[in-house]
Amino acid sequence: MNLFALLTIALPVIGSAATFAGGRDLRHARFWSVAPTAAALVTSFIVLAAHGTDGAYIATTRLAPAGSFTLWLGTRVTGLSAQVGVLVTIVATCVQVYSLTYMKHDRRYPTYAALVSLFTAAMLLVVFTEDLIVLLVGWEVMGACSYFLIGHYWDRKDARYAAIKAFLVTKTGDVPFLFGIAILGVQAGTFRVDGVLHWVASGQLRYAPLVATLLLCGVVGKSAQFPLHSWLPDAMAGPTPISALIHAATMVAAGMYLVALLYPVFLAAPGVLILMAIIAAITMTGSALAAFAQTDIKRVLAYSTVSQLAYMLGGLAVGGRSAAVMHLLSHGAFKALLFLGAGVIIHRVGSNELSAMGGLRYRLPITFWTMTIALASLVGVPLFSGFFSKEAILGTAWNASGEFAAPGRIVAIFGLITVALTAAYATRLWLKMFFGPFPEASPEDSRVEAPSTELVPLIVLAVPAAIFGFVALGQGFFGSLIGGDYGEAISSTLSADLRPAGITSLIAFLLAALAFLLVWDRWRRDPAADPAVLLGPLREPALEGFYVDDVIDFVLVQPTKGLARVVGFLDTEVIDAYVRGTGVGARGLGGLLRRVQTGNIQLYLAALFSGVIVIAVALIELSQHSAGQVR
Amino acid sequence: MHAVYPLLLGALLFAIGLYGVLARRNAITILMAIELLLNAVTINLIAFGSLLSQFPGVDPYNVGQVFTLFVITIAAAETGLGLAIVLMIYRQRGTAAVDEQRDLAEPLRGPVDETEPGARRPLQTTEAGP
Repeated sequence: MNLFALLTIALPVIGSAATFAGGRDLRHARFWSVAPTAAALVTSFIVLAAHGTDGAYIATTRLAPAGSFTLWLGTRVTGLSAQVGVLVTIVATCVQVYSLTYMKHDRRYPTYAALVSLFTAAMLLVVFTEDLIVLLVGWEVMGACSYFLIGHYWDRKDARYAAIKAFLVTKTGDVPFLFGIAILGVQAGTFRVDGVLHWVASGQLRYAPLVATLLLCGVVGKSAQFPLHSWLPDAMAGPTPISALIHAATMVAAGMYLVALLYPVFLAAPGVLILMAIIAAITMTGSALAAFAQTDIKRVLAYSTVSQLAYMLGGLAVGGRSAAVMHLLSHGAFKALLFLGAGVIIHRVGSNELSAMGGLRYRLPITFWTMTIALASLVGVPLFSGFFSKEAILGTAWNASGEFAAPGRIVAIFGLITVALTAAYATRLWLKMFFGPFPEASPEDSRVEAPSTELVPLIVLAVPAAIFGFVALGQGFFGSLIGGDYGEAISSTLSADLRPAGITSLIAFLLAALAFLLVWDRWRRDPAADPAVLLGPLREPALEGFYVDDVIDFVLVQPTKGLARVVGFLDTEVIDAYVRGTGVGARGLGGLLRRVQTGNIQLYLAALFSGVIVIAVALIELSQHSAGQVR
Repeated sequence: MHAVYPLLLGALLFAIGLYGVLARRNAITILMAIELLLNAVTINLIAFGSLLSQFPGVDPYNVGQVFTLFVITIAAAETGLGLAIVLMIYRQRGTAAVDEQRDLAEPLRGPVDETEPGARRPLQTTEAGP
């Protein structure tokens, strides 16, 4: 089983290297980007099937001794990593197949495909690795791939800026994350995930709040949570399949995966759980509002991603690890589907703007139906997978007790508000894209439906988006699959019941229905208008992402630039003054000496002779002086 | 003989030679003065050589006298070379006055950048016009 996990990591690496080596040969690039990823999909399914429901399987080999620590290269297969591995390979395969035609006219397709493969490998490394340092390597490779892929259209200014922004913002979180891992590993005496987890579970962790906060910083940066969320909407400057793979389904989910993996560390710090809940509450509500106001469909989906990731963070804050992981999986499926569908629509319409769309229901029937499934799953329409996973989180938050009570209340209240907001923006997106009049602006009417390479991934992803949620009906089945409530290291007596029940489901359903009716009513009265006017005075701030970028600019960027200017002034005017001064001084002295060089050889000789006399006299004086001392 | 006499003679010769080298303008006079300087030194060499020969074993090879022979030889060669140079200078410039040979003086307007094109080009002589 561990061999297959290793193969799952290695296959995309090989694919990436082969694609890179192939240069601009298009057929070569196509084969080597799709085939290894598809093979990794098969091996990841084998891993999942072989793992079953029990425990962690570990196979390692010593990579390198590093001082008093040793780096271990190896795989750790648990229920959690097997499930997430399957999610990653499914989405990656879909994206690679989809890109065959979507990126057909792109000159840089081979580089793009190679980077996607490399990214997939890095994500699988994070999922399956046994060593925290190796995990960090995968984590950073993902960040680098994300940078390159956001900047894929580097001839456009916004893409360049977005790439740099994404890299810098996630790095802001990664630096504390590195320190967190270092503290954890040094305290535990090993960087092996299993060793660290068992050591933490035995209750010996000191400075738990500090460690958990440092780790949370990395999670907040990678998973685009407030206040480090603003890179994700801008990252939509990259190609649409990249948004589906990296910025919706996998990389941003890596942060949540990490919290689920190192859950005992966070359990040891109840204060950090409350902090997580507050971050999640702010993020989920704010970004849902922002999603409602956006006019670019990819930005709507980006803010929606931020909001849904906040649900997972909220679920983790209230002890609902199983619920959060379940939402991670279902969200990965339906959000990748939404982005790929959005790509089809953008190619069809020739614009990202909602105002250029409408009436696509008959022109793109398959896209319409698959995206409807995904949106229903996003809203949480009963019996779709998003319904089960979101209700599981809300139910856990509602019923939270003990140390989870305080974060539970925060998450439950804001989670229910966000359910209504989610329904509102999803309805708006659905109505504006597929219903109403078709604007005249569309360039061509010849292509009715996208090519099959783009439709098949949509249909494939629609299956888990629709029916994955039924695993929740197995009571504790899903929880036991991913290692109990708190992971393999802490044994829990019974696994969380993920079935939707109780009052939260009812409230959530009523709120969602109310929001749907409100938006639908508004749209019915004037199909050409934007239902975002419902936000009233909030609309403008929400469109601008509540000016978070401006605040960050004011609080961080401008002071940093000011400091840089001071340093620049000190450098050019103070330090350089000394450097220039030596030059000017030497020049002046040289000018004096130059006057002596008259060319009169007798003057030179006189100077030479008097110099010899001076030296001789000085030597005699010195020798007499020292002789006198001896005497 | 007391050692002070030859040393005094040497010093006297050296002073005369130094005066000749530093103060006279004619290049041939300066060459002669240089000969005086060399001879002052050889007198010193011989004086110290005979002084040391009183102590057996200190100077078994008579280094003072040997070096005097060397110096005389080199002085002859040097004078020949120097006279040739003076002759060439006189032929070229019509004068052998040392203080007029100042081509190597540092130009007071600052050094010339030799990498610049045309910096060392000789002055263009205009061909005869119409």
